[in-house]
Amino acid sequence: MELSLSPEYEAFRQDVNRILTENAHLAPGPEDRGMKNPKRLAWQKFLIEKGLTARTIPKEYGGYGAEPDLLKSRIIAEEFARTGIARPMGGQGISMLVPTLLELGTPEQKEAYIRPTLHGEMIWCQGYSEPGAGSDLAALRTAAVEDGDDFIINGQKIWTSTAKQADMIFCLVRTDPDAKKHHGISYVLFPMDTPGIEVRPLVDMTENANFNEVFFTDVRVPQSGIVFEKNKGWQVANATLTHERGMLGDPNATKARFLELVELMKKETMNGERLIDNPLLRDRLVKLQGEVYAMQANGLRVTTARLKQESAGLAGLIVKLQGCELNHQIAGLAIDALGELGILYGDGDHLRADGSWQWRYMYDLGLIIGGGTAQIQKNIISERGLGMPREPKPAKV
Amino acid sequence: MEFALSEDQRMLQDSISGFLKDNASLDTIRKIADGDADAKATLAAGLSEMGIMGLHVPEAAGGSGLGLLEACLVQEALGYAVTPSGFLAATVAAHVLPNAGEAYAEGVATGDMVFGLSLTELSSRRDLAGLTLKDGHVSGKTLLAMVPDSATHVLTADTDGGLHVVDTWSATAMRTIDRTRTFQELGFDHAKCEASMAQADGALEAARLLIAADTLGAAQAMLDKAVEYAKERKQFGRVIGSFQAVKHLCAEMTAKLEPARALVWHAAYAMDTGDPEAAVMANLAKAHLAEVGTFVAKTSTEVHGGMGFTDLLGLHYWFKRIGVNRQLFGSPEQARHSAAELQGFVAA
Ligand SMILES: Cc1cc2nc3c(=O)[nH]c(=O)nc-3n(C[C@H](O)[C@H](O)[C@H](O)COP(=O)(O)OP(=O)(O)OC[C@H]3O[C@@H](n4cnc5c(N)ncnc54)[C@H](O)[C@@H]3O)c2cc1C
Repeated sequence: MELSLSPEYEAFRQDVNRILTENAHLAPGPEDRGMKNPKRLAWQKFLIEKGLTARTIPKEYGGYGAEPDLLKSRIIAEEFARTGIARPMGGQGISMLVPTLLELGTPEQKEAYIRPTLHGEMIWCQGYSEPGAGSDLAALRTAAVEDGDDFIINGQKIWTSTAKQADMIFCLVRTDPDAKKHHGISYVLFPMDTPGIEVRPLVDMTENANFNEVFFTDVRVPQSGIVFEKNKGWQVANATLTHERGMLGDPNATKARFLELVELMKKETMNGERLIDNPLLRDRLVKLQGEVYAMQANGLRVTTARLKQESAGLAGLIVKLQGCELNHQIAGLAIDALGELGILYGDGDHLRADGSWQWRYMYDLGLIIGGGTAQIQKNIISERGLGMPREPKPAKV
Repeated sequence: MEFALSEDQRMLQDSISGFLKDNASLDTIRKIADGDADAKATLAAGLSEMGIMGLHVPEAAGGSGLGLLEACLVQEALGYAVTPSGFLAATVAAHVLPNAGEAYAEGVATGDMVFGLSLTELSSRRDLAGLTLKDGHVSGKTLLAMVPDSATHVLTADTDGGLHVVDTWSATAMRTIDRTRTFQELGFDHAKCEASMAQADGALEAARLLIAADTLGAAQAMLDKAVEYAKERKQFGRVIGSFQAVKHLCAEMTAKLEPARALVWHAAYAMDTGDPEAAVMANLAKAHLAEVGTFVAKTSTEVHGGMGFTDLLGLHYWFKRIGVNRQLFGSPEQARHSAAELQGFVAA
């Protein structure tokens, strides 16, 4: 056990902190809405140039090109959390597709997609789920039939986040209808403006239309869009899902949220008393702090395992389940602490933090479901982690 | 950076777990709970022979010079085997006594001095108790002290937060739901303080941290027992561990326990390295492990069905250990209050 950092890393931490605090005025705020908002794009470019995001991605693909150094990445994440300054862009393209392409993409795919994606200029959506294939993702039916060098795609996706804004999609399609469920699937990339694609927004409980139904009618796309190999898409999808789940339970993001809540409760008053002076609310706050610190320490364990190139075991498997639930509870306490004002939403003078607590409280429910529901995570923990037997297949009737 | 146990630390844990596996079987624990003084003394002697009592005593004073992190690993193993022991008291004594004089630390290391511990005056003083200090003597009584049978000294707190070493007292047993460990009400009648420290010197934080480690061990044992049981017990023609409802209970216990373990390590490491946040973390660890432990205690019992509720499997020893630990040295609410005070969330 050795958590102190060498002088080199301490100096690195100070550098990161200095870059962030000296340039905080460049960071976008909640008012800078929209994915391709110029201020957001400029901030992203700045962060890449400084090596504060896309750090280990080769320069030829538009990254910063540093040697992988988990500790430095950690320090960067911690400094974003500590300072509360706007983090780099995330989203499915950056967090999920880029690492997948780096691992399994063709040289042409890497060349074409990684740079614009990192810079926020190319937005992606993830076409996995279908009306009949959610948790049981491998039941997907959207068909891609070969036609010369192309595929002709017909079918439907659902819950596709940011499909309306997306330039491109990474999509799971069935390319061999006769193969076993997991074996006939391919992972294909194509532009969202291909003729035959129709996107119908679905309004979610936050009142935003962030996700969508996507319909494919005789959509012709080149087979060169296949990532890795034809009919091996399930393996590619699993690689992506690992990245998705990692992103969904980042303990540094949770810590940042917790610190925001502490500030809120110190600043906000009710009946002339600071919220944090209310013993019941304070107790709940510190209770959550225990969980936040526990998840942070768990994160240290996971990082150590990665540094040693070992499996993080149970400590890794529980991250998505616990992290998402904890984020939801932090937002829940913020709303409770705000009391009656906690129900405000949208706009208005009395709304606090731009309604972000209410938004997060609702949106987090989505994150508990998306990327594998809490129940699916529990299946994974008990079966892969604890070695408990699988539920037997139902008898044929 | 390396946030993982070292080879030495793992060996320490393995050796103590191995010893307890052989010498603190459920059968032995049952005997102790039923009041078999010989069984208890044999186990206590065996643990002393392992040299763990001086684990946290500095090497210069004849101890092993190990940190609270190592102490937590031992305490976790003791909790795992629901073993009674004077280890917690000895370790807290070793933590604070160097400030009172070398002789005490040496006494703990050689085993010539066996310490009892009574900190309720710091954690949750009751109206019917209280210790006052006058001219270097303490009078009054204190509750729920952990005092080994062979104790020669107790470390006790007065009502103003001072800490004292005393060697004469009267004791009345206090029966708790946990029969494996004994707790006592101690009376002091103008007893001379052999040594005094004006400040509690981290005694309460150390005790809270160790009790968190104890709960961690007990909870891990309960989870392991639930998983094991679920893989064997059959109903509806198949093992209950293949039912998702049962698997999910086990997954939930795991998901809470893994980060809790990391928190105990982190808090102990912080105490050992003098991290400014150490006291906050020790309190968070105490409170959090109390909550997680309570959840695991309940859930594991449920997974065992009716068997979990009977005396037959002895699962209740762990349930009760966790229940008593939850309140000991202050409830989770009190530990959180301490954490809030330390961070200036509330005026101290
Ligand atoms: C905010 C959000 C964003 C999303 N973004 C995308 C996206 O961009 N692209 C995309 O492809 N998909 C996306 N999804 C879809 C998401 O991956 C699915 O919603 C999710 O996998 C669950 O599938 P489902 O909604 O069909 O629920 P179902 O699978 O129908 O599940 C319903 C309930 O049954 C339970 N259940 C199902 N099977 C089991 C089982 N074997 N054991 C125990 N319980 C079970 C589930 O846990 C759940 O409680 C998003 C979802 C959300 C909420």
